[in-house]
Amino acid sequence: MQGNRSYGDLFFKPVLATMALTVIIILVSIAFELYSKSGASIQRFGLSFLWSSSWDVAKEEFGALPFIYGTLLTSAIALLIGLPVSLGVAILLSELMRGMARFTAVIGMFVELLASVPSVIYGLWGLFFLSPLVRTYVEVPLHKYLGFVPLFSSTPFGLDFFTAGILLSIMIIPTISSIAKGALEAVPAYQKEAMYALGATKWEVIAKAILPYAKSGIFAAAILGLARAVGETMAVTMVIGNQPSISASLFSGGYTLAAVIANQFTEATGSLYISSLIEIGLVLFLIALAINVSARAIILRVGYAKGMNMNV
Amino acid sequence: MIAQIGRISVKRRLIDRTMQAVIILSAIAAITPLVLIIGEAAVQGLPVLSFSFLINQPVPVGYQGGGIGPMIQGTLVMVLLATLISFPLGLCAGIFFSEWPNSRLALLSSFSNDVLAEFPSMVIGIFVYIIVVLATGTFSALAGGVALGIIMVPLVARTTEEGLKSVPPSVREASIALGIPRWKTVFYVVIRSARGMLVTGAILAVARAAGETAPLILTAGFSNAYVSGLLRPAGSIPYLIYYYGISPYQSWHAIAWGASLVLVMIIMTISLTLRLLVREKAGESGLKHR
Repeated sequence: MQGNRSYGDLFFKPVLATMALTVIIILVSIAFELYSKSGASIQRFGLSFLWSSSWDVAKEEFGALPFIYGTLLTSAIALLIGLPVSLGVAILLSELMRGMARFTAVIGMFVELLASVPSVIYGLWGLFFLSPLVRTYVEVPLHKYLGFVPLFSSTPFGLDFFTAGILLSIMIIPTISSIAKGALEAVPAYQKEAMYALGATKWEVIAKAILPYAKSGIFAAAILGLARAVGETMAVTMVIGNQPSISASLFSGGYTLAAVIANQFTEATGSLYISSLIEIGLVLFLIALAINVSARAIILRVGYAKGMNMNV
Repeated sequence: MIAQIGRISVKRRLIDRTMQAVIILSAIAAITPLVLIIGEAAVQGLPVLSFSFLINQPVPVGYQGGGIGPMIQGTLVMVLLATLISFPLGLCAGIFFSEWPNSRLALLSSFSNDVLAEFPSMVIGIFVYIIVVLATGTFSALAGGVALGIIMVPLVARTTEEGLKSVPPSVREASIALGIPRWKTVFYVVIRSARGMLVTGAILAVARAAGETAPLILTAGFSNAYVSGLLRPAGSIPYLIYYYGISPYQSWHAIAWGASLVLVMIIMTISLTLRLLVREKAGESGLKHR
């Protein structure tokens, strides 16, 4: 039997290893190509590209700050709204409805379907449905009564940071809730039972025994949700108003890193312009990489990595 | 006495009930947008939907009729191309992750794979623009397919790995004990046991690719005509939705909604059938966890 080695096994490992290597090569060449093609822009503007707020095509002056600002602001709004809602979904599925298999399956299915709706359809819906709704029922009243607060100071048009943030918050719910659910389910039963034995109510168990225990997992879920919000393109492009401005008011139009590429790339003429847009892509790459690596680090440290790193 | 011990103060009970209600409300809030989106797509999209809408070419603004035939074809061609690129690559990488999980290559590659999976698709679009569009000098179906393929690879690899790891070691051991070579064991025995999960992953990846827009803007470009060659620009349903959606014309908005309905139906059908198929075929083989 010993001599009966199959020739197939000789190729098995090398072929698979080559494919695994290809995945690494793709990632590395993305970084390399983006860096080399933003050369002209990097040479011209240097690091000031990151904090220059001017984006003037006619004068060929390019700076990424308005886009970085818009990306961070909309993602922050998204997380602020999306995280609590997702936690609610996760708690409901993992705790309150434990044992009600049929209910959890239906809600789980809905949330997964939410993840499978293409970004551009969110955008279309955001543009024609959500944006007028948000403008009329949220932005106009806020501006009217709280207009003295800088956040609500500009006249609302509906296509702005605020609407983009709300739309993003809907889009990141599936990511956050599925990972958070994993983290909540990993809380050992004795942790809860001990609390119940002390006479605690359901909410007390959730707030004092479950959530603290699953803290790091929830944190990782939030960061992966953030990663998704940062990289989201089409939906944001369609509702953010597309103007490279930095404004404290949530009701003024803005831009994000991904949106400016989608919106201007095909019309860009001149090598410096294109190079600057590619450098915007490079900035996006680096931000996404940083967010991702920190989320992975947390997940690895927490330990229940498997089943959590799959995005819906 | 017993009643005394079991009693929970009104305040605590009130907090408990309120918070439970808040949790349930937040879940309802999470689901509502889905219902609204599907509802809006159905209400706005149904009036334009017809057989000719599915096969005709678009017509200029002001003309009646017109359809999205070329875009449906473009999407199918590019997704097929992406599948041909990503499946062998993702499948093999996934097998490597599960067969040699502790090798340095697997750890590094698996990490790169995770990073790629969460990557902004726009960045992948720029990358393919540089390596394919600039090299060939034209936006093309080929470039679009490559971009979608790169987006699909991490999904395929990850589900393959998870699927293979969910197969009980006894299955593999039985095969090895029969003297069947390792590669045959993996390809014929282990993969077969994980079939349900692999099919799920594959189809989810296809559904994801079919809805991608951002990378196509920089790679496939746009065309109103049926694709006649891989090195020509190709229209796609998502790009049409974007392009028509942000246009100022009312009639184009209607077409965008119709196209959205078509796209949503394609994707929902894929994921729902999949759910049923997997539940029937794979039964309890570790799939319940996902």
